[in-house]
Amino acid sequence: MKPRPFDYVRPEMVDEAIAVLAEYGDEARVLAGGQSLLAMLNLRLADPTVLVDISRIAALDEIVDHGDTIEVGAAVTQSRLLAWPRLAEKLPLVAAVLPFVGHFQTRNKGTICGSVAHADPSSEIPLALAILDGKVVLRSQRGTRMLAAGAFQQDMLTTARANDELITAVHFPVLSDRRVAFREVARRHGDFAIVAVAALMEGKGAVRLGVGGLSGRPEVRSIASTNGSATRDAVQQMAAELEGYDDLHASAAMRRDLLCRLAPVVIDEAFRCAA
Amino acid sequence: MRRIAKDERTRIRLTLNGRARSAETEPRTLLSDFLRYSLGATGTHVGCEHGVCGCCTVLLDGTAVRSCLTLAVQAEGRDVRTVESLAAPDGALNALQQAFQNHHALQCGFCTPGILMSFTDYLKRNPKPSEADIRDVLSGHLCRCTGYAGIVSALLEAANRIESR
Ligand code: FES
Ligand code: FES
Repeated sequence: MKPRPFDYVRPEMVDEAIAVLAEYGDEARVLAGGQSLLAMLNLRLADPTVLVDISRIAALDEIVDHGDTIEVGAAVTQSRLLAWPRLAEKLPLVAAVLPFVGHFQTRNKGTICGSVAHADPSSEIPLALAILDGKVVLRSQRGTRMLAAGAFQQDMLTTARANDELITAVHFPVLSDRRVAFREVARRHGDFAIVAVAALMEGKGAVRLGVGGLSGRPEVRSIASTNGSATRDAVQQMAAELEGYDDLHASAAMRRDLLCRLAPVVIDEAFRCAA
Repeated sequence: MRRIAKDERTRIRLTLNGRARSAETEPRTLLSDFLRYSLGATGTHVGCEHGVCGCCTVLLDGTAVRSCLTLAVQAEGRDVRTVESLAAPDGALNALQQAFQNHHALQCGFCTPGILMSFTDYLKRNPKPSEADIRDVLSGHLCRCTGYAGIVSALLEAANRIESR
């Protein structure tokens, strides 16, 4: 189908963009890569009065290495970050998840911040941001605030962004322990994951586990990694707490089962990774 | 700041296959429809119109993107290349197209323009792809006829031929 009519504005500066957002509030939608939003417009699941196209704001098209964090601007595409020469060294987990985000053709236009803003519960980039304990930068005419990923994504497609706020960047922390692993189960490569699991080793004996596809947002827990049966129990408990949900692709029970099977494999891979 | 009202028809200018082209359209027009209906370039096909099938793939400033997930106005002032740009002016097929013919990599041909444009971009970035690399990029396209085997062998041959030049 085709989108319903909307006004189109294409600011060249962040200040112009947030002025438009202040004017239109919840009647505006921000367009960056459009790889989720254009599909929603075509299917008429979204019906904004005005589209604010931020893709040509040069100030947002930057990857900045701050040493302990990597800042990725709101116009940076997934393929640009994937091709960033220091990615594997600085953000091995992000390097591991990006090839699973959509397809070559959608990564060429889809943005990192757009995935975070869309807040699909099983999508890979919000999961990476959550498990790394990254931050989201929100700007409006009222000022700038930084939210932890866990406070930003609240539920399925629901975030803490106010209607007049623009996500200008996300910050991924650079970890000293580089042992990470990621796996997901999807209908076909490039589709949204049914269940996605990421693991980071946290010094001795503990692992941070990030799970997508079991609840409305990515869930992160620290569990013991040294003892096989204790780890399995902790994963099982996590699956029971999160419950999962039924949709077209999988039942809640299948999601719990996938987590219980995937998590020990991913934890083991993280443990061996670079060991 | 560019501002266009929803019912306003504005002239969108872009470069299509090396030529300056323009037409009047509304902000909600998709690039795929702009190419086909406003500019008459019907080589780009439209299947699902929500980013799943890949047959609408074109090059935007040299990068393969879904034209059904791109507004025409987003391509304003930019370089667009479609399947019409691949063959020589006398109709001679390029290496990629020739490999598709050699390997019977198309039956109805509906999916073909998108696949050709994806790999026009991809083979530039990775001139020596493995079969796994090719299948990974091909996962962004649906072909309901061939079963993909012919497409994969055509792409492997094309990569070899382009590389050995
Ligand atoms: S028509 Fe664009 S991806 Fe199917
Ligand atoms: S050749 Fe018919 S869909 Fe691919």
